[in-house]
Amino acid sequence: MGMEQVGHNFMTGQLEDVVQWARRRSMWPAAFGLACCAIEMMAAGGAHYDLGRYGMEVFRASPRQADLMIVAGRVSQKMAPVLRQVYDQMVEPKWVISMGVCASSGGMFNNYAIVQGVDQIVPVDVYIPGCPPGPETLMHGILNLHEMVRTGEIMKRRSANNGGAGIEIANVLPADSAPTPVTVSIADHSSSTLAV
Amino acid sequence: MARFSGFGVTFKQMFKPRITGFYPKEKREKPERFHGRHVLNRYEDGMEKCIGCELCAGVCPAKCIYVRGADNSPDSPVSPGERFGFVYEINYLRCIHCDMCVEACPTEAITETKLFEFSFANRADAIYTKEELLVDDEGRAKRQPWELWLGGEDDKTSAWMRATSSSGDADYEGRVNWSGELGFGVREPEQGQSL
Repeated sequence: MGMEQVGHNFMTGQLEDVVQWARRRSMWPAAFGLACCAIEMMAAGGAHYDLGRYGMEVFRASPRQADLMIVAGRVSQKMAPVLRQVYDQMVEPKWVISMGVCASSGGMFNNYAIVQGVDQIVPVDVYIPGCPPGPETLMHGILNLHEMVRTGEIMKRRSANNGGAGIEIANVLPADSAPTPVTVSIADHSSSTLAV
Repeated sequence: MARFSGFGVTFKQMFKPRITGFYPKEKREKPERFHGRHVLNRYEDGMEKCIGCELCAGVCPAKCIYVRGADNSPDSPVSPGERFGFVYEINYLRCIHCDMCVEACPTEAITETKLFEFSFANRADAIYTKEELLVDDEGRAKRQPWELWLGGEDDKTSAWMRATSSSGDADYEGRVNWSGELGFGVREPEQGQSL
């Protein structure tokens, strides 16, 4: 945003509040339903739970229009490059919620076909447990994320938490490592380039 | 005129009762036998019920429970038996809340509450240790900072019936070999379990 050099003062402090308020109150999720968690995600958008109360009722089909990716369901090895591409197509600022145990850690599918934790592919901000998490659990995670947006830094978000996942991607996959099943060039998305 | 009939649907809805719940302030009533997060129970005298047999860890389909048992010291035993679980960890990013650990437990040490609203900002928070799972001195679940318990909700814990109770019959409500609730000893069942 061209404001990296500006120090903190009264004006930028107030501006930061406004930006955080705007980001928090209209966070549009990208529809990335992969499994049964997506049914609960749809239920959260329905009348009984109504994500529209938080300005989130529009699940965008296009990642270009979305701020938040809710990874709802188990991510297979074949789906992983697609997920990373959808994440890369989203514009900053962007957040990721890993919904359900399958997306968070593979869950009960501890086998060769399922990615053991979606934070190996994209930086995750909030993990939601449950199999599947109910709409109220999803809303708890969303409110948790809203609180993180409200209190966090708007400029140095990615570099502060090391890309979101708390994992040094460069350490996990060294540049000269053997070919991995996931054919996404993770080296291009080190923490320095992900910084806003 | 037909082009306005759609507005009529909207207009009629304005006078119908609102069904939307307001989640952080109020929660929906959970059904009986709801599977939420676990607690480790204690007896009335404060002894832990867990004997460290690792049956829950063995039966867990997601392999999310890690238990290690140790011998009780005769001077200050932690549990009434020979052994107790001195490490007890559940990874809630693996747990699918199937309740098989509850069915496997021979001493009813592990049961599930109705709390289902929690989320984590990092993976380390998701691993609940024994200190977090064990009930407090009044037999209630310990609240973690990221969990949303509303007032009196820890009273309404998951009512469950052991699959191995007498002939599997829910009419044996209140008998010794049937237990309705978690906490200190055996609490009253929430309401008629007899179906």
